[in-house]
Amino acid sequence: MSILINKDTRLIVQGITGREGIFHTSRMMEYGTQVVAGVTPGKGGEWVLEGKVPVFDTVHHAIEITGANTSVIFVPARFAHDAVLEAVDAGLTLIVCITEGIPIRDMMKVRQYLNQQGSRLIGPNSPGMLSPGECKVGIIPGHITQPGNIGVVSRSGTLTYEVLYALKLQAIGVSTCVGIGGDPIYGTSFIDVLGMFEVDAHTDKIVLIGEIGGTEEEQAAEYISDHITKPVIAFIAGRTAPPGKRMGHAGAIVEGGAGLASDKIAALESAGVSVVEYPENIADFLK
Amino acid sequence: MKLHEYRSKLLFSKCGVPIPRGRVALTAHEAKTIARELGGPVVIKAQVLVGGRGKAGGIRLVHTPEEAEEAARQILGMQIKGLPVRKVLVDEVAEIRSEIYLGVTNDRAARCPVMIASAEGGIDIEEVARTHPEKIVRIHIDPLLGLREYQARHLAVSIELPRVHWRNFIDIACGLYKAFTVSDATLAEINPLVITGDNRLLALDGKMVLDDNALFRQPDLAEMRDLDEETPTEREARRYGLSYVKLDGTIGCMVNGAGLAMASMDVINSFGAQPANFLDIGGGAGAEKVAAALHLILKDANVQAVMINIFGGITRCDEVARGILATLDEFKSDIPMVARLVGTNEEEGNKLLAEANVITATSLTDAAEKVVALAVESQLQ
Repeated sequence: MSILINKDTRLIVQGITGREGIFHTSRMMEYGTQVVAGVTPGKGGEWVLEGKVPVFDTVHHAIEITGANTSVIFVPARFAHDAVLEAVDAGLTLIVCITEGIPIRDMMKVRQYLNQQGSRLIGPNSPGMLSPGECKVGIIPGHITQPGNIGVVSRSGTLTYEVLYALKLQAIGVSTCVGIGGDPIYGTSFIDVLGMFEVDAHTDKIVLIGEIGGTEEEQAAEYISDHITKPVIAFIAGRTAPPGKRMGHAGAIVEGGAGLASDKIAALESAGVSVVEYPENIADFLK
Repeated sequence: MKLHEYRSKLLFSKCGVPIPRGRVALTAHEAKTIARELGGPVVIKAQVLVGGRGKAGGIRLVHTPEEAEEAARQILGMQIKGLPVRKVLVDEVAEIRSEIYLGVTNDRAARCPVMIASAEGGIDIEEVARTHPEKIVRIHIDPLLGLREYQARHLAVSIELPRVHWRNFIDIACGLYKAFTVSDATLAEINPLVITGDNRLLALDGKMVLDDNALFRQPDLAEMRDLDEETPTEREARRYGLSYVKLDGTIGCMVNGAGLAMASMDVINSFGAQPANFLDIGGGAGAEKVAAALHLILKDANVQAVMINIFGGITRCDEVARGILATLDEFKSDIPMVARLVGTNEEEGNKLLAEANVITATSLTDAAEKVVALAVESQLQ
């Protein structure tokens, strides 16, 4: 069992005919995800991946014909916010944005609009989600994890893979892994996902992977101490990152004394979370 | 990306914010000409992208064109916090009655822009924020609605601005917000916004930081990048689409993914060494990009050993190995390297490295332990 995505997910891929879009669509289908349609403006009527997936010009049309309930977005950064808004207006309640490098002004408008419409956005700059054995939406490699009872939520991409793989080597499986993305403005927070794991009958323990920048981990710590009864294990990347330097992710920067790893670790520990020193140590706390 | 004061003020001015008369000069002679045109006393201001120009002697008040020339000559020869002064702004002098702070930036936690004002502007604004936070007023702006007049008026009232200035203040606040949005800025700041002796409001100093992710639709602004803002290595990294930050340690790092790169740095640190850099090669890097990344690392004279940590999803480990080998062929470097490749095509990648006698590791901690030991060894030799 899982949160957000499962065997019943009917997925459309926005930007399906691009290089990344087509590559990852085929990987998602190999994993067993029901990809029911793609959307690329101007390419409606075509079929891709040996005629398995129809392409539509608009999200609205794709939903009307295929009954899709979730979208994943691979369109380039300059068009991505428009793609998210199109998906919201077409009535989708779950939208996953993989695209990296969206201007912050665009994302603030999207975020404000989402609040008004009640759709859920995961990302942007997210590796997507994976419910092992059921469904994969995004780019997380399928073979590095297996079904199990651990919920994983992360701001990172490859660091999440590192953790999933280390768990698999210890025969520990995952209910759902959610990559919330490394940008400063995002659709879904740690808190949102923690709340879902808390009520998911098939998640017994939760792994939280954070990094420097912002106050998301501190807010998560406060929420954990008030609302989460399941054990939480955390890793925070960037203990050695100097202030004022952006560490790759747009969101990973220590500014004006806020966003330090040490503050995040202290907040999480005081909320009863076990914070590990190496990502590979997480498995030891889950046994 | 940061903009110089004179660029920022010109953008503000285009949006209706009053600024002093003045122009930028590249030479002392030009400064003299501008001072003569302006007439009367002028202020010569170093255009560099760091704070504390005044304290470093980079801002001078002069009374004649000849003095302007001499002051410009001195300032143009200066380095301020390591940055060479290549331009000076020559502005008319304003009589200052009081100094206000007015800025707009993005409030990450509130997920929207915030406008900030204080009646106690000037160089000590950060001190004011620390010691008298109640003197700093904030107002959040709905990104879909923009700044409303009543919000700007609320700021004017909150900082106890005399009523006679409200109209101008509101226009300046709306102009500043417009400059902020049309430029895709992450910061637009007037400090100080002064009330002059003849009762006008005037933006004496300006500062803007732009969103690098939005430069694709700001071609005119993108060209204003001051190359001194970045080190040559950072500039080269940007050309290859690599995310690189120079640090003070001795262990060079090459990793795919920002989070994993930070985690790798942390693990090196917990084995008692310091990373020489942050370097994220991104997703799906080919051999050429990997080679460019390794070049950047090996060019750093402080590097005593290199750790490569790749978790291949879209990135293929054999491509990474080929990039490493191509660099080694060309560079003939004695710097020891430890590579840990896992994921897509890892067997082929590790085989290629083993044939070239590159040390391999099975996990992140294993790699960090080995690379730190090698660095210590090379130091002893």
